[in-house]
Amino acid sequence: MMPTEPTSTAASAPGLGAAFAQGELTAANGRRRRGMGSVGRSLWWFPIPAALIYIYVVLVPSARGVYYSFTNWAFLVKDPKWIGVQNYVDNFRGDAGPVALRTLGIAIAVVVLENVLGLGLALLLNGKVKGRNVLRTIIFAPMVVSALVVGYLFKYIFGPPDIGGVNTLLKAFGRQQVDFLGNPTWAIWIIILTVVWQFTGSSMVIFLAGLQGVPAELEEAAALDGAGYWKRFWYVVRPLLAPAVTINLMIGLIGGLKLFDQIFSITGGGPGGQTQTISTQLYFLFSNFGYYGRAAALAVVLTIGVGILASIQFSVLRRQERNT
Amino acid sequence: MKTQAMTRAGANVVAYAATIIFLIPIYILINLSLRPTGDTTPGFLPSRHATLDNYITAWTTSALPGSILTSVVVTTLSSVLVLALATMAAYPLARSTARLSTATFYTFLVGLLLPFQLAVLPIYFQMRDLGLLGTIWSLIIVYGGVQMPFSIFLITTFLRTSVPAEYEEAAHIDGCGNIRTFWHVVVPLLRPVLGTCLILNAVGIWNDFFTPLIFLAGSSQITIPMAIYQFVGQYVSNWPLIFASLVISMIPILAVYLLLQRYVIQGFAGGLKG
Repeated sequence: MMPTEPTSTAASAPGLGAAFAQGELTAANGRRRRGMGSVGRSLWWFPIPAALIYIYVVLVPSARGVYYSFTNWAFLVKDPKWIGVQNYVDNFRGDAGPVALRTLGIAIAVVVLENVLGLGLALLLNGKVKGRNVLRTIIFAPMVVSALVVGYLFKYIFGPPDIGGVNTLLKAFGRQQVDFLGNPTWAIWIIILTVVWQFTGSSMVIFLAGLQGVPAELEEAAALDGAGYWKRFWYVVRPLLAPAVTINLMIGLIGGLKLFDQIFSITGGGPGGQTQTISTQLYFLFSNFGYYGRAAALAVVLTIGVGILASIQFSVLRRQERNT
Repeated sequence: MKTQAMTRAGANVVAYAATIIFLIPIYILINLSLRPTGDTTPGFLPSRHATLDNYITAWTTSALPGSILTSVVVTTLSSVLVLALATMAAYPLARSTARLSTATFYTFLVGLLLPFQLAVLPIYFQMRDLGLLGTIWSLIIVYGGVQMPFSIFLITTFLRTSVPAEYEEAAHIDGCGNIRTFWHVVVPLLRPVLGTCLILNAVGIWNDFFTPLIFLAGSSQITIPMAIYQFVGQYVSNWPLIFASLVISMIPILAVYLLLQRYVIQGFAGGLKG
């Protein structure tokens, strides 16, 4: 069909993509237009620069990362040897198990809170509230700021007795002060609160976009039929928000699994390594200990987690699209 | 009618109360940053001796001034690189039905699933071998590759769903060359999605800490988050001074956000949905 193309893109298309390609794209709405194909065909070489940088920065290093996870590569090991799954065994004999569970736990807590708050705010600010655009702008604002900076802000707020913001308040009211970040349970909830404060705005904005897709006539019709606010929400609005919920859940979960900046700035993984997540653990294995192979093994675990979540998202979204 | 007015008033009260709760951390941030050393006003009350001294000290003793410039350069170059290459790549990928084109598109999409953490160690050693460690070029190359899949995905989807091929065909019939058609017909039609891409990439790169932490460690050319990290390390518990540096670091991005807030919010909602 396209005689000029093969030489160029063959390099960038190893088997993986082809496996996907068979089933999916025919269904996409591109088919009709793409059939006409002549436009853009002679620009077949246009993807080459993007493909080169992508191969060099993403594909090759990721493949090498997977390979190194099966070797004894480390700071002092100049000539890494294949050691099978030893790195994975070592990681999980260490604290990789609890770390992975903690990472998932934080991600779930963050996602649930963000979405409950985000949906509530979206419903409020979709209604007749004075100056609602200003309120939206304010609530979304933390989202554009660096997570590291937000982390330091919350590190002070929940800082040690006599120093931290909350503790000076407790002191002023004559209450017992708490060493929040010295206690792993408190510390984890503070990390969750920090992330939720920063990213609730993003979840709200996605819900707002979803709410704009709810036809006003539909809601009015339901209201005329005597449906109250909650009934209308449950039977009219909620089903139409389903894709927004899926997107929010998945962005939040995948982002939550990769959490790094906030933990790095608030607790540095402490106390006693009890707030480490996969990303911070991986960083310390690499930079403090030079265990490159073990760090790579942890990254593979993270990749599998992200892959599982993404495939769930993909199948759920497709089912929702078929239903609507 | 009366109950409706009551609900409306209630919604207003709840919305404003929620926003005020949201702003408490910002109040704490600004309030503390204005506090001179040795001020004994309790931390949550407005200081009686508010001063801008911390800002002056933070500005003159931290690496912030230079790092703002570095961040501007890195963000601009990386975003433009990604935008240009992704637009070029997306066009044939969206318009061609060849199996290889489809395969290429899906190969790019695989990148959406690969966390950067997996690639980071091997890239680190690739950059070391190129002698680029500690330079902003390592960052620009890394961002170029890492941000590419998402941008290509957004632009390709937009081309397929919202840009009819008829314009290009008409231009073709009128004798317009391929590259001119691309530049004068296709690219202008892509403006909305290019805006979304630019915003998402630029905000992500501007705020990124993990990548510079690894590639610029020990370098004198650092981005804003690195400057903040170093400054905090230096003044461990001098919170008023640290907070002044945090506020300074937030000003550029917040200013841009407030200027373009409608586009930024729309861009986020549109991009994340896509």
